[in-house]
Amino acid sequence: MRKFDTKVQNLKYQVLREVARYSWTDQLLEKELDIPMSIVPGRTATMRCCVYKERAILGERIKLAKGGNKENPNVIEVIDIACDECPVGGYEVTNACRGCLAHRCEDVCRKDAITFDSYQKAHIDKTKCVECGQCAKVCPYGAITHIERPCQRACKIKAISVGPNSVAQIDDEKCIACGACVYQCPFGAIMDKSYILDVIDMIKKSNNNQNYRVYAIIAPSISSQFSYAKLGQVISGIKALGFFTVIEVALGADMVAHSEAKELAEKGFLTSSCCPAFVDYVKKQFPDLAPHISHNLSPMGAIAKYIKDNEPNCKVVFIGPCTAKKMEIKLDKVKPYVDSVLTFEELQALFDSKDLDIASMEEDVLDNASYYGRIFARSGGVSDAVAQALKEQGIDNFDLKAVPCDGIEACRVALLKASKRVLDGNFIEGMACLGGCIGGAGCLTHGEKNKREVDKYGMEAMEKTITGAISMLDKVNSKL
Amino acid sequence: MIVQVCVGSSCHLKGSADIVELMQKAIERDHLESEITLAGSFCTGQCNRVGVTITVDDQVFPGITKDGFSEFYQEHIIKKLKQEGSI
Repeated sequence: MRKFDTKVQNLKYQVLREVARYSWTDQLLEKELDIPMSIVPGRTATMRCCVYKERAILGERIKLAKGGNKENPNVIEVIDIACDECPVGGYEVTNACRGCLAHRCEDVCRKDAITFDSYQKAHIDKTKCVECGQCAKVCPYGAITHIERPCQRACKIKAISVGPNSVAQIDDEKCIACGACVYQCPFGAIMDKSYILDVIDMIKKSNNNQNYRVYAIIAPSISSQFSYAKLGQVISGIKALGFFTVIEVALGADMVAHSEAKELAEKGFLTSSCCPAFVDYVKKQFPDLAPHISHNLSPMGAIAKYIKDNEPNCKVVFIGPCTAKKMEIKLDKVKPYVDSVLTFEELQALFDSKDLDIASMEEDVLDNASYYGRIFARSGGVSDAVAQALKEQGIDNFDLKAVPCDGIEACRVALLKASKRVLDGNFIEGMACLGGCIGGAGCLTHGEKNKREVDKYGMEAMEKTITGAISMLDKVNSKL
Repeated sequence: MIVQVCVGSSCHLKGSADIVELMQKAIERDHLESEITLAGSFCTGQCNRVGVTITVDDQVFPGITKDGFSEFYQEHIIKKLKQEGSI
């Protein structure tokens, strides 16, 4: 069964796997330079102009696998030499232009950017064009296309521009680390920094969890991943890597839903706080709305805090679909609770770096959270959970009008309306990735069926209510 | 005395909610609130086929079920408190 959507992911994975493999045995320093050769052997180039360039780019990927440029605060980086400097076309008239009489393109263009040659064929004057796209919309032949770099098209918040030497450039002031460009660049020229070496080090120094315990907390979107094995086998695999035990972040989501419902009823208007890219976006682009971001920690933060409150000297590693979580753990209010972040891609690399065949392992169990905590992984889930939490707590004097925003563009529209006080709703559920966390850049695969998998995983939860899932935790934690 | 009931996935499925409730009631009934700190733990690495794991100070007891709770409570909590001279 296919493990990844694209060859780009596969290449990145191979690098991570090899870096991890040598790191477990403390051989990375001596073997590092052999890795590019082992991935691209021989003399025939298959990806770039020559094998030497292919290997040079792999060298850059190794740097990112080892944590990347420490001086750059962003976790998303452009690999300059891997950027293929895609043409920046903008709107262009193709040869499908028939040279018609109507000239709708000319009529609709407010900038007078369209001219016609002696064959009546349209041309766009790039010095006048403002890329409004109207001409492309009205052309009856669809003869006008928009040629855009995939990274720029992926980046809905417009943080990517063309820098010196035509190489893509990320504006770190704008970037929310959602990772859309990482997943969309067909050349794999943008990558998220990896902290696999930190995690391996943490596991090794724990001395089989004797010195301290290393907890893995896993995002509910894992239910749609690793489809070649059963979820219980993935849990066994994570333990086999050396983690002490595995806990559901969905339990943190239950905690969040419970307190977010209360906060919402109290304040009357709120945005969710679980998606770090969305939260960052609000802070950067809509600072006036920032006070309305729920004051709750994200589900990751909530469950990690619960674990660390019980056992202060342990380590907690989040494993999920998200590159923005790598930024979230740098925040002062999250830093004390989460020690590192891995993506599902990186987890796959770790499994294979130890040659663990998880599909043949015994099934372990994972069950703490409720249905509602688990469906946080898909768009609409947070809204459903908050509605349920209001009901369970008997808060009936508040009329919830949730606005689930699927993807950062939908978030932008809702936030814009909210900032102008014309939003028809009182709770913005913001998810930067399309489909919610299951669309995250760190997922191995993305697909239509993933939502169904999350719902199925939700239904399998033993706890049917949010209160059921968290009440016991309150009891045992209250005296600490 | 610190009594930790495991609330990890495996124990959760085997009824740690019930055990926590029984423990809480027993502590209340015997007025041991100041002697016993009831806490949770995530997995002690001793997952049993049946029952829940309870850790009393540093001692781990796997496999505690609802039926076996009273006996466990008398044997490993009350008796120990008496030995220590706490009650």
